[in-house]
Amino acid sequence: MSAVTVDSIDRGARRAKYGSMSKDRRWALRWSYFFLVLFAIFFLMPPVYMFITSLKTSGEISAATSPWWVYNPTLANYVELLTSEQYLTFFRNSALVSTFVVAITMIISIPAAFALARMKFWGSTMLATGVFLTYLIPDTLLFIPLFKMFAVFHEWTGIQLLNRWYVLLIVYPTLTVPFCTWIMIGYFASIPKELDEAALMDGANYRQILFRVFIPVALPGLIAATIFAFTVSWAQFLYPLALTTSQDQLVLPVGVVTTLIKGDVFSWGPLMTGALLGALPPLLIYAFLMDYYIAGLTAGATKG
Amino acid sequence: MVDAVAGHARSVGVVRRPGGLHRFLRRKSTIAFLMALPLIVLIAGLVLYPALYALHLAMLNKSMERFVGFANFAFLFKRETFWMVVQQSCIFAITAVIFKALIGFIVAHFVHNIPAKGQRKWRGMLLIPWVIPPAMSTLAWLWLFDPSYSAINWILGYVGIGPIPWTGDAYWARFSVILVNVWYGAPFFLIMYLAALKSVPEQLYEAAAIDGANWWQRIWFVTLPMMRNIIAITALFSLIVTFANFDIVKILTAGGPIDRTHMFATWAFWLGIQGGDIPLGATVSLFMFPILAVGAVFILRDIHRRGNEAS
Repeated sequence: MSAVTVDSIDRGARRAKYGSMSKDRRWALRWSYFFLVLFAIFFLMPPVYMFITSLKTSGEISAATSPWWVYNPTLANYVELLTSEQYLTFFRNSALVSTFVVAITMIISIPAAFALARMKFWGSTMLATGVFLTYLIPDTLLFIPLFKMFAVFHEWTGIQLLNRWYVLLIVYPTLTVPFCTWIMIGYFASIPKELDEAALMDGANYRQILFRVFIPVALPGLIAATIFAFTVSWAQFLYPLALTTSQDQLVLPVGVVTTLIKGDVFSWGPLMTGALLGALPPLLIYAFLMDYYIAGLTAGATKG
Repeated sequence: MVDAVAGHARSVGVVRRPGGLHRFLRRKSTIAFLMALPLIVLIAGLVLYPALYALHLAMLNKSMERFVGFANFAFLFKRETFWMVVQQSCIFAITAVIFKALIGFIVAHFVHNIPAKGQRKWRGMLLIPWVIPPAMSTLAWLWLFDPSYSAINWILGYVGIGPIPWTGDAYWARFSVILVNVWYGAPFFLIMYLAALKSVPEQLYEAAAIDGANWWQRIWFVTLPMMRNIIAITALFSLIVTFANFDIVKILTAGGPIDRTHMFATWAFWLGIQGGDIPLGATVSLFMFPILAVGAVFILRDIHRRGNEAS
């Protein structure tokens, strides 16, 4: 009798304990969602507001109505920018620069990463560390000497690089190559040695090992590196601002900032539309390749 | 027979002569070096050389004809604006990194708390500020902070908070640039910390729960020690990047009002490119080097420690 009571009390107590734990859990979950919504509002406010403004006429922007609502939505800003010769030039310059920089970055960093990950040579460990440290040197430290270097280069050879969009093809790799090499070293080093030994046994040379074994196996890393190189070159603002000035040579971020802001008169409708369209390529890549994007982001710190 | 052997040896010798260079080129370490050569050239020519060249430029006079030693440095030390820039750069970088790390840590826990099914969606949404080019998103903030049409002030007006001069007043402008930087950088911390949280073994939390640890003790004695490495490396990395920030300050305030929000990068740009005094601009940008060196020392130590653990 007493044993039964103890048992039932015990069971009841245990059930109560579980009940309270799951209740705690439910409350923790509600609070989590509550704060996540708050932070999401904070994080998404600027892009959403960009979108809202881009749908307004300049009359509505300066009207005393709610800034957070569109009363007469119009696509006029988009039409205006997408038919403007100037804006399309910015877009074309940005696309050209980013595509070429991605190609240059891959051509330099893949063989280098392969060499540093697999084929030791004198100073290779030091070079691998140096590559990572180079990644830490900010663009803001180098833009003045680079500006002067290109000016001196012009005096010596007569080849003008300043104020040409292709000067960016020379300087952007300094931002992309170190990081891409670094994450590719990580991906290559994680490939089991047996794989390339087997390929060597079969008589493959280094070129074949790289192209037939390493690149296919490390393809996720390659995609992550490509995304990184593209987004960095698309977003870069300081170098084009310092090295290019003519309107037909500007890339998109600088073009939007310098030409759509005319003195103190801000035409916010086209400005927000231009900024939103300029943010679109990285956003689209992110939307479709989010996992690779995040893999590239976290690889830098967790690998090596 | 002997003759044949000698002839054979001679022929080998003949073959080996042109083959010396050929074989050297076929050696594994040579191939490896050649493969890494473009990288070495790039780093040496476009990173190391400009860095040293900046040092040289910093010791010339304005027209870059005369060597003036440390006169540019001495000139800067006497200017009040310089010390203001030093102060503002330090305040900006330290405050922004602390808030980015805090928000990243807190939000990472919230994302970690919710069912795994929805985590991807939330993570994807919360990383968007990091994906938008900072120059473009800062324009949106500039518009949100507009003196006469500020959409934030419009909302604040409803709760009775008077119009805030976001970019007009020196203190509010300093607050605004930090706010935008936190907005831009916190998602990066969030992603890093979320990845670190996922790597903490669940058994540790179970063991802590059995020992009667409350949630605060679980964070303090389990989560933080397990994440220590990633917290340190992320904060260090972010400190360097934030210290060298250019885009946000340049677009949001352009250093104003009256140079109160200038950082090393924007002031160097103002003096060197817009003002045409390249040596002085180079001198200012060189002051970003110490923080870089300190960061490099810590990171090298970390790499060495990890290397030792691995071996």
